[in-house]
Formats: sequence, C-alpha cells, structure tokens
Amino acid sequence: MTMQDRYPLAYKTYPYAKCADQEAEAPARHPVVVVGGGPVGMALALDLALKGTRVLVLDDHEGVGMGSRAICFAKRQLEILDRLGCGETVAQKGVVWNIGKVFHGEEKVYEFNLLPEDGHKFPAFINLQQPYFEKFVLDHVAALQAQGLPLEIRGKNRVDAIEQDAEGATLTVMTPDGPYQVAADYVVACDGASSPLRKMLGLGFEGEVFKDSFLIADVRMKADFPTERWFWFDPPSKAGASQLLHKQPDDVWRIDFQIGWDADRAEEMKEANIRKRVAQMIGDDVEFELVWSSIYTFQCRRMTQFQDGRVIFAGDAAHQVSPFGARGANSGLQDADNLAWKLQLVLEGKAPPALLASYDDERIHGAKENILNSTRATDFITPKSEVSRQFRDAVLTLSKDHDFARPFVNSGRLSVPCTYDGSALNTDDALPAGPPRTRPGAPCPDAPLDEGFLLGRLGRAKDAAFQLLALDAEVPEAFSAHGIDCEVIALSVAENDMLRERYLGGARSAVYLIRPDQHVAARFGSFDAAETTEALGRAIGKEL
Amino acid sequence: MGQLNTTRNMAQADDVYEMLIDAHEGKSKPESDAFNARLIITLINHIGDKEVIAQALAIAEG
Repeated sequence: MTMQDRYPLAYKTYPYAKCADQEAEAPARHPVVVVGGGPVGMALALDLALKGTRVLVLDDHEGVGMGSRAICFAKRQLEILDRLGCGETVAQKGVVWNIGKVFHGEEKVYEFNLLPEDGHKFPAFINLQQPYFEKFVLDHVAALQAQGLPLEIRGKNRVDAIEQDAEGATLTVMTPDGPYQVAADYVVACDGASSPLRKMLGLGFEGEVFKDSFLIADVRMKADFPTERWFWFDPPSKAGASQLLHKQPDDVWRIDFQIGWDADRAEEMKEANIRKRVAQMIGDDVEFELVWSSIYTFQCRRMTQFQDGRVIFAGDAAHQVSPFGARGANSGLQDADNLAWKLQLVLEGKAPPALLASYDDERIHGAKENILNSTRATDFITPKSEVSRQFRDAVLTLSKDHDFARPFVNSGRLSVPCTYDGSALNTDDALPAGPPRTRPGAPCPDAPLDEGFLLGRLGRAKDAAFQLLALDAEVPEAFSAHGIDCEVIALSVAENDMLRERYLGGARSAVYLIRPDQHVAARFGSFDAAETTEALGRAIGKEL
Repeated sequence: MGQLNTTRNMAQADDVYEMLIDAHEGKSKPESDAFNARLIITLINHIGDKEVIAQALAIAEG
C-alpha cells in the first residue's frame, strides 16, 4: 500500500512503524486520539499527557513539513509552551522583535511598539520558522517519552473514516500495511484548514473569501535591515501592491508581495520570476538564496460549533484567518491551552461533560475576535471596492503629515491573548479596585518574582489543578473542593511594584482563583472558603 | 456617550457651503472623491466619538 505524501518533510521525526493495534481483533480503545501532529495537535497532546492522560496522535505524514509558513509567535504562546516545558528553547532560537513600521511609498506613516512594559519573561513576539517550532516541541516530547510520558505518535496513519456514538468514536486509519481501526472516548481534530475530519462529518466552514493573492519569498541574505516588521503600501519598488519584510533566524527574511487576484500562479511561482521580483525590491546587487516560496489566497471563516459529539476541532481545522496579525498558529495554541485541562477533568470524572461546551464558547469568542481583526486588516490592505480604496488612500495620504490619521492605518493588528469576558466559567469580579487587565476571564500577565517569574509558578501542576494566588491576604496552606486540590501560592507585593500594579491596583489584598491554563476564574479581596468553593465549582462547569 | 447635534449649528451656512464647493473647483472626479475621503477622515477624528459617528452615518443613510 503506497501512501503519497502531500508535502515534503523538513524532519522525519516519527517514521511509520507497525503497532499492535493494527493486529487487534477489536479496535483498541484510547481515551484521546488527536488527529494531526502540527503545532496545535502536538501542544494539546503534550499538555494532556503531562496531566496524565494517555494520548495517541495520528498523523498522515512522518514528521515536520517543509516551509517556513507560520513565523510569528506571540508572547502568550511562548508562555503556553513554557508551561509545557519548552518555551525557552523556542524563544532562544527565535528572532525577538517589538517594532513595526508602515510605509506608504517612500514615507513612513505609522510605527508601533508591541512591548510597552518590562517584567515579562518572554518578548512580545519572536519570529521562527514553523519547522523549528515543531521540531523543538517534538524533541521535548521525545525526551519526556523516554521518561514514560504517555504520548504515542503514529506516522503515516491517515484517518479515512469516522463513526461516532454517544460513548465515543471509531476511526478507520490507513497505513502502508493497510487499514485498521481505533476507538476513542474523544477525538480532537487538529488536521488543518482543509480538515478531512470536518468534511467526513459534513460540518460547515463558512466565511468570507478575499479576492487577492500574495507571494511569499523567504530569502537568505546578508542584509542590515533592522529586526522590525516593515510593511509598505504602494512600495516604491512597485514589486507588489503591498510588501512585507520580516526577519527570521539564520539570516532568512520573509518577503511577502501582494500580487492580485488575477495573478498567474504557475508563472509567478517560476524561480526566475520570483527572483526578479525580489531583486526589484532589495536591489539588483544584493545576493540572496531563495529558501522557500508559496502563493496564498485567504479566507476568514470558522465552524459554527467546534464540538460535534465526541469530536472536537482545534486550530485551523476550526477557524481560519488571513495572516495579517499572526492570529493563525497563535490562536490554535490558545485552543489547545483551553481544551487540555477541560478534557482532562472530564475524562477523570471530576467535571461534567458540559464543561467542554465552555471550550466552544470561549474559543468561538476568540475566533470571532481574530476573524474581526483579520478581516478589518484585510479590508484595509485589499480594499474590496472603489470607495473602500479611496478611504484607505485618504488615511495613508493624511498619515504622512498628520498624526491623527495614523491610528486608522491597518497593516495587521497583532495577536494578543484572548480574555474570556462573559464566560459562564467566570465568577463576577469581586475585586472592584483591581486592575481591569486581571479581571475574571483574563490570562494572567507575567510579573517578576524574587526568583524567576510569576507565570513559572502558575498552571504548572501536572494534573489539571487550580491554584489560589494570594497577595497580602490570609489563606490556608491548602484548599480543596469538588475533588480538586488547589495549590495555594501566597505572595507579598510589598517590594514588588509590578506585581502590585498588575494584580492589586487600588486593592490592598487579593485572592485569585487561577485555572490550569493561567486564566483568572475569580478574584476576591480576601479568602472565603464558601465563595472559593462556589467559584471553583462554576469554573469546572458545575453550573452548565 | 455623545449625542449628534441635529439642531441648527452653522451660523454662516452659505459661507461654508461655498467653501466646500470652491474646494472642489477644478478637480477631476477621482480628485474630488479623494478629497472628500480625506475630509471625512479629518472630521471623524475631530468628532472623536463612535456613537456620534454612528448617528451621523444613520442620518446619511436617509
């Protein structure tokens, strides 16, 4: 049985090997099967396995795909990876950047700085080729597997069919040795924008198509451009209607040209033509090597619901955005972060299955935010009508001399972590003088401690434990309710202004109930066992 | 939240109207369209209130 790869591999990390399940009389049953071993699938599988759940990952390839693809990873995603134990490795290889500049022709019309404050372990953004990102995660997984991490990855295992009932799902899996079946309590589809599982289940993926196409040329060159994101509208080179220049590790630069909906893809993808376009932009005398190129069009769309019975969708399989804003892989990692602990508690029987509905609510909230921002940026970059273009050009023209017009310039609003305002898991804010940024639903912002950083202490517990963070408040040494042990972390803000600003604001003391994904579930001025018990119950879906 | 002024507010209405028409004098249609777009963005910034803009958009809708 030959199985053709759909794309070449950068690293063959999990070669096909025949396994016992293929010989089993009845389909072997697994608590969780993750379909797709990309960044989202692997982050989710790793998170669940660290929490103690046995996870099987099925991937139709044997490792990491070639091509830079996603290159911008935001701080929140590095924090998620750090919780999983490999944030530092990824951050170290990445190129750190904070500054973005937008040009109209020769003129700079807008500039932004993404890192307005100190006291965070990770930078606002790093750029890193996606294969590196995936490789580092897989290396980390391999090291933990050697110590018994209950995570199995099966390469060249392609899911061809799915059947589900109230108890779980059965997958028919194709391999080089022919098909076999596996059963799962839950299946998580992380199988990308063209998700075969979504199609097998006949689920919709509605949204807006944008009529433009973009050519990516990743080139290796020695250049002294600063490590900033540069975006041109109507660039002087005339190499595209817009163009983007962004640095990656290993002297590689991402160049992105807007080439129009009617571009002849086959013609544009010829190496000679790509080289001509790049030379037009960087100059005929600059030597460069073409590392990777691709033409993309894009859509902003999402599934109506991310859960269909025992199948849950995450990442591009569930929602897709344009690349302006780095909201693709970044939002997918937030999906994984959100889902892992919920699935864990449901599988352990500590939370009702209804808790999974909150994944739908919270991450659809996130997807809507991403689609909104991405659509707005795209409407600015690719105006859909004559009048839309007139306003766009009016903003750019005014921005040259008038600062007031610059906030309207939109070359992509970059990914920021989602705050789950209005989530049914949140308890109403009981710290009125507390800072809005740490309100219930918000991801905890980092802050420096005497040793290390705050986020290094939060969400670290191996099981899906909640934590109580007490700031200058009286708390018991341990707290337990609803069968969940909460670690209690008591800190003082006495000599820590950043911690005070970010978590107390005008309050004198506070007790935060923190979810395993480092989001705030509830906050109070002081500890009260009954209130905390109620808030914890709500946060694990007891009221859903 | 602000309220759009929908009472008479421009004392020298004829003067201002003339200024507006004069500004377009000698401009081609695309130049006039671009001018109007710049003018709208400039005035929107001056208003600086999303609610007021929304009310103005509703009036313009007719």
